[in-house]
Amino acid sequence: MKGRLSRRDFLKTTALMGGSLLAGGVTEALGYKEEFPVWTKSYGVLVDLTKCVGCRSCERACNEVNKLPPPDRPFDDASVFERERRPTAKAYTVVNRYETEGGPVYRKIQCNHCNEPACFSACPIHAYTKTPEGAVLYDPDKCFGCRYCMIACPFYVPAYDYWSALEPKIVKCIFCYPRISRGQLPACVEACPVGTLTFGRRPDLIKLARKRIIENPGKYIDHIYGEHEVGGTSWIYISGVPFEELGFPTNLPKRPLIEQVKGFLGAVPVVFTVWPALFGMCYAAVKHRSETKEKEDKK
Amino acid sequence: MNHNETMEKPFRSWFMEKLLNGMTWPEYLRSLVTPFNIFAALVLIVGIPVIVQRFVYGLAAVTHASYEYPWGLILGWGLFGGVPLSATGFVMATAYYIFGFKRYRPLVRLGVLTGFMGYFFAVVYLLVDLGRPWRIYYPMIVGFGTASVLFLVAWHVATYLTVQFLEFSPAILEWLRARRVFKWATFITIAMTIAGIILSTLHQSALGALFLLAPGKLHPLWYSSYIPHFFLASSIYAALVQVIVVSYLCARFLRHAADSYFLESLDGLTLGLAKGAVVGMYVYFVLKWVGVAHDDNWHLLTTPYGKWFLVEVLGFVLAPALLMTLGLKTGSLPIVRFSAFYAVVGILLNRINVSIIAFNWHLPDHLHHIIPPLKEIMIVITITTIHILIFRWITTRMPVIRQEPLEEYQH
Ligand code: SF4
Ligand code: SF4
Repeated sequence: MKGRLSRRDFLKTTALMGGSLLAGGVTEALGYKEEFPVWTKSYGVLVDLTKCVGCRSCERACNEVNKLPPPDRPFDDASVFERERRPTAKAYTVVNRYETEGGPVYRKIQCNHCNEPACFSACPIHAYTKTPEGAVLYDPDKCFGCRYCMIACPFYVPAYDYWSALEPKIVKCIFCYPRISRGQLPACVEACPVGTLTFGRRPDLIKLARKRIIENPGKYIDHIYGEHEVGGTSWIYISGVPFEELGFPTNLPKRPLIEQVKGFLGAVPVVFTVWPALFGMCYAAVKHRSETKEKEDKK
Repeated sequence: MNHNETMEKPFRSWFMEKLLNGMTWPEYLRSLVTPFNIFAALVLIVGIPVIVQRFVYGLAAVTHASYEYPWGLILGWGLFGGVPLSATGFVMATAYYIFGFKRYRPLVRLGVLTGFMGYFFAVVYLLVDLGRPWRIYYPMIVGFGTASVLFLVAWHVATYLTVQFLEFSPAILEWLRARRVFKWATFITIAMTIAGIILSTLHQSALGALFLLAPGKLHPLWYSSYIPHFFLASSIYAALVQVIVVSYLCARFLRHAADSYFLESLDGLTLGLAKGAVVGMYVYFVLKWVGVAHDDNWHLLTTPYGKWFLVEVLGFVLAPALLMTLGLKTGSLPIVRFSAFYAVVGILLNRINVSIIAFNWHLPDHLHHIIPPLKEIMIVITITTIHILIFRWITTRMPVIRQEPLEEYQH
């Protein structure tokens, strides 16, 4: 699955294109079940929103480690909190402040590294990869810039470098893939001074999140955001206030988004096999009728 | 010397006959000075530099460069609006070749040309909008996103463009006086028509299915598991009303390029097409309500977006359908033609609603974001103008709304 085109991929492609496939093979052709065998072991980050103090150390660390362009405003300038921000072509992650009844709550936004990413399913060129470690990576050498992944991402994460005429590309968090594959922590996790971010295996993080919710009655709402949303994400969140007050999308299905398209993709081979037969028969019938009519007219 | 002269003569007369419509250069140039052409020239003078700007300075120079709204008017108009209105080729060819509606013969080529040009220009809009258009073939070679609906759209539009080119090629061959239109061209017509049906069914619906991946972003009144069906069903009547509109415009403004066969049969055929279109519109109208009922979205109808939904469905589907029914009952061609035009506008409105207006409806400042910048509008107007100019160029030269090349009738 890692970027390279396997024989099975090729067969699936041929099936979608040529439609030589019969209805029985449809699920095989979609194959998304086996495509993501890794998430039980993959890494994730638990974000405890009750802890974040909005210091933006994570933003700064991310910027340095990933050699991103300098920010428009310095990392210690609190005036950025006046507007709700989102990851951009210059920043993989941003921290926002939300005013709630119990005072301000800060929230870090970055790619959630979904278990079955919508960006991955959207891309017509397979520019995205979900690695066994959990990171969702993007390859600018494949991308032609349709920006369908931006349409598809339910969390409004991928940004696009519209200002480049020759080499525009998608920009998004890479889960510090080079670092985590060396056994290091993601830069943001390492930089957080108050322990908002916990890195670990996703199943362990879910247990940890549940433990915190149970052991601190009244402190958290009873919801781990990202446990089930769109099939689960590598980054998961616990919070003291309802997630919709913090700008999280709360209208998302529990199943991976690709399943919304399953029915449609499943119909493709059917059209390829049934239509020629159906319309071929129509043609034959009409032709036969007009020929008989001609003969009768001649008589 | 001698040799040169003899070579030159046939070429000059070929050139004049084929490209200048039998006129000399000065005559031809004078014939070009018409109000429409002056308008078109102005549009191109203003618009082409804007398109150049897009390629030199990047998309940010001409669009909002928005992260939340990656697709704007260029695709909303050119791809989502253009493709259903280009179903003309597949619908007319199916009616004529498969279902044997032989009397529609004068309109088949026009339908195929309208369709071919529509797809061609959908690709042009796409090339303007893609970040790296020179990689447009990547889904065919570099990586196969088999679970991606856009992958399917890319393959089908590319294949279908070829099919439509082949379908139209007899007209080009006749124009070039390749007297014997190749046997194979007619031989594979049926196969191509059926291929066209498959490809069209799938990519028309796929354009709707693209949005299935964004349930959190598209307003629930437009987001429906039926959206592929909506797109397909509406594309069929879109094709019929579009043929009514285009054939009328041809008869009106390109009369000199039409033969009497086309002109005399047009009124009758228009009524015939309208009968089909009306049925299609009512079916689509009912389908839309099935969608609302299926998702139990009735309570949303009283919200502002619900009212906008009603405007679309009642004002731009039901109203043109009723008007067209009235036109048919009274046999009034002006009413039929007007309602066809009205229905075309309705199709555009629906596609723009799905791809722009109802998309991200819940974001703050949404209505502000979806107003396209002037330069993006200019690009759309410019490409549309070029589309019309090329369409006219072909129609006045090749046998599209006449049976044989024009000069045969003059001599
Ligand atoms: S959050 Fe968005 S960009 Fe990140 S993996 Fe999920 S769908 Fe892709
Ligand atoms: S913009 Fe690039 S990465 Fe995103 S879907 Fe299109 S081709 Fe794939």
